[in-house]
Amino acid sequence: MSGLRNVVAVRGGAVLRHLCAALYLTLALMLGTAQPAGAVTPAEMLDDPALEARAREIGGELRCLVCRNESIEESDADLASDLRILVRERVTAGDSNAEVIDYVTDRYGEYVLLRPNARGANLILWLAGPVMLLGALGLTLVYLRRRAARPEPEALTEDETARLRDLMRD
Amino acid sequence: MIVELGHFALILAFFVACVQSVVPMIGAARGWRGWMAVGEPAATAQLLFLGFAFAALTRAFVTSDFSLSLVVENSHTAKPMLYKIAGVWGNHEGSMLLWVLILALFGAAAAWFGGGLPDRLRARVLSVQGAVGVAFLAFILFTSNPFTRLEVAPFDGQDLNPLLQDPGLAFHPPFLYLGYVGLSMAFSFAVAALIEGRVDAAWARWVRPWTLAAWVFLTIGIALGSWWAYYELGWGGFWFWDPVENASFMPWLISAALLHSAIVVEKREALKSWTVLLAILAFGFSLIGTFIVRSGVLTSVHAFANDPSRGVFILILLAVFVGGALTLYALRAGAMEAKGVFALVSRESALVANNVLLSVACFVVFIGTVWPLVAELAFDRKLSVGPPFFDAAFTPFMVLLAVILPLGSILPWKRATLGRAVRPLTGALALSLALGALVWTLQTGRSILAPCGAVLATWLVLGAGADLWQRTGRGALAGRARRAARLPRADWGRVVAHAGFGITLFGVAAMTAWTVEDIRVMQTGETARIAGYDVTLQDVREGEGPNYLTTRAEMVVARDGDEVARLFPEKRVYPVARMPTTEAGIDNGVLRDLYAVIGDAQQGGGWAVRFYVKPFANWIWAGAIIMALGGALSLSDRRYRVAAGARRAPTASVPAE
Repeated sequence: MSGLRNVVAVRGGAVLRHLCAALYLTLALMLGTAQPAGAVTPAEMLDDPALEARAREIGGELRCLVCRNESIEESDADLASDLRILVRERVTAGDSNAEVIDYVTDRYGEYVLLRPNARGANLILWLAGPVMLLGALGLTLVYLRRRAARPEPEALTEDETARLRDLMRD
Repeated sequence: MIVELGHFALILAFFVACVQSVVPMIGAARGWRGWMAVGEPAATAQLLFLGFAFAALTRAFVTSDFSLSLVVENSHTAKPMLYKIAGVWGNHEGSMLLWVLILALFGAAAAWFGGGLPDRLRARVLSVQGAVGVAFLAFILFTSNPFTRLEVAPFDGQDLNPLLQDPGLAFHPPFLYLGYVGLSMAFSFAVAALIEGRVDAAWARWVRPWTLAAWVFLTIGIALGSWWAYYELGWGGFWFWDPVENASFMPWLISAALLHSAIVVEKREALKSWTVLLAILAFGFSLIGTFIVRSGVLTSVHAFANDPSRGVFILILLAVFVGGALTLYALRAGAMEAKGVFALVSRESALVANNVLLSVACFVVFIGTVWPLVAELAFDRKLSVGPPFFDAAFTPFMVLLAVILPLGSILPWKRATLGRAVRPLTGALALSLALGALVWTLQTGRSILAPCGAVLATWLVLGAGADLWQRTGRGALAGRARRAARLPRADWGRVVAHAGFGITLFGVAAMTAWTVEDIRVMQTGETARIAGYDVTLQDVREGEGPNYLTTRAEMVVARDGDEVARLFPEKRVYPVARMPTTEAGIDNGVLRDLYAVIGDAQQGGGWAVRFYVKPFANWIWAGAIIMALGGALSLSDRRYRVAAGARRAPTASVPAE
């Protein structure tokens, strides 16, 4: 509930808008609409280019919840627009990037994060690549060592050497 | 009537495929020549039946036969002819029909051009190919029949998804399918070899062209899809790490690994069991890709044509084919003893490193793609894995690959000394570092992405040049040029493809780092200065296309008073499908693209306008096309055109038992 109160504190009409967003979410999921991306509108943009750039950077990390694999910066959906405005409010209020992302995650859950956190089971996801690489390199080295240590199969047997000598003499 | 005949042909193809999968296999096991020979006419017959079925469906689309439910759902009389034809595969049922048609095409090609193959191997390959056909024909007939009629035919159809009504996307699926399904040949050869218990250089020489062809098609298909996303989705992104994109990218990575490891088998008779495993996995990833796209189990922007119940069927197919092949592999792989030995520093080792990097990169894409599903099922966590993860986890592998590539391709086989091998590359190394430093100083204060991209790209392109230079031997330029012209096409293919990789890499890095974006409200007649260009919104007009309404803007871009380009971005609405699309106005250039998008009309008058300058954008796809060209060059090598076994048919026809 404290999260909800915060929203009220930040902006009076936000609660209603978030309710609408939730409604839109269910509606959109039901209809399964896929829209071409349109992204940020001029009205939403901040005047300070540095802050706007930061808002962009943060927005790229946040999923548009009603879309299929789009960040809020890429989406035309109303919810994405709401989140863009929310992010810009927080940035203007002086939050750091991490604080804004935490703020949004607290309200929408980790589903909103396009870069999954590295906590708990997600460690498997993050470590899979490096561990596989090291494992594969280790196996390869062992394999190559063993192969290299083995005598060359191309080496001729005594009979063959003798026969070769005969042939060469001709 | 023709529709019913098409349906009947589809059923006949199913039975022919059954015969093709069973009879030659028994024949090969028993040594009955007559039974083995059944594979060839069966493969041809299957292709003919499926060709007829596909033609029947195409005819229904072209003539707008609205008694077919598929045509009603995906077509409209007002739709342009190109998209009526593309509409055949712009939906689930039709695309699966195209899938089996291409499968049959590859099977028939193996039957026609496989004259040089040992009879037994050919019979087994055709049989496995037939079995894949049986499974997918059953899938179509039982779960996704394209020939379902309606009781009452409506007057008009519901139109094709407007996003698909685009020339880039019209040809995207056929190329991807040629790639996906082409890998079924590698799979069939792998399974046949496992049954046979024997993999040798001749086998690799047979597998490699099929893999190479599949890889070339996949490259073109992926490039087309990415190019489409760039101009159609309205903000100039070219890759989204969408599950469906990943579905096509994973087989691409694995087949790239496979076509490199097959070289080692062909030249040195090493890495045999690994190559067989890759061949199985490559097709496995194609099936996983088909599963992801067709089941819709992973949410993605590709919302069209999915149905979970069909997903279960494909999952079973996946389990049977990949599970079966892997079991067979576990049983028989031990029998494939490698012959060639090689030292730690050798081209073989470099190719192993290539395989490790590509396979692990593919695995990273795979785990990232399925992780949301795994997390939800196993850990009860609903989470997303998006581009930030893939960028961070995947890119290092490509960077490493680019670093070792020129080195690896110049190393001699078997045993090498690093110092001597590196010598021809010192110039390339110095030049690329210098160019990177230059880029770095020119763009101070921005990310290190572009300089790194420049270093790697130059290193790859010059490295490819050094590779070619070294292969021409010694002496005067004239002699070298003569020798270069006479080099095997496979050598040229390698050099060209590697250079293409560098070009794509640079395009990606430069465009990501240097894109300039400007979003603003513009009144008609207003001029804005953006990144050195004067952009004027000349006019915005309403109009009408064949099956859509459009809002079309005219924008003039000038530099220092001279007109550079005139752009016509559009916003379309397709009333039948009730969907909007954006058509960006793009001026393509070698060094930069100018990219304009028209947005909504604003309340206070004027229009929301987005304008981008995208440096080196076209290099991304140009590099991909060059890679594909390299693959095609290598494919045209004389070695593959002359049937591998034909010349020594007397000695190689029957494997020792």
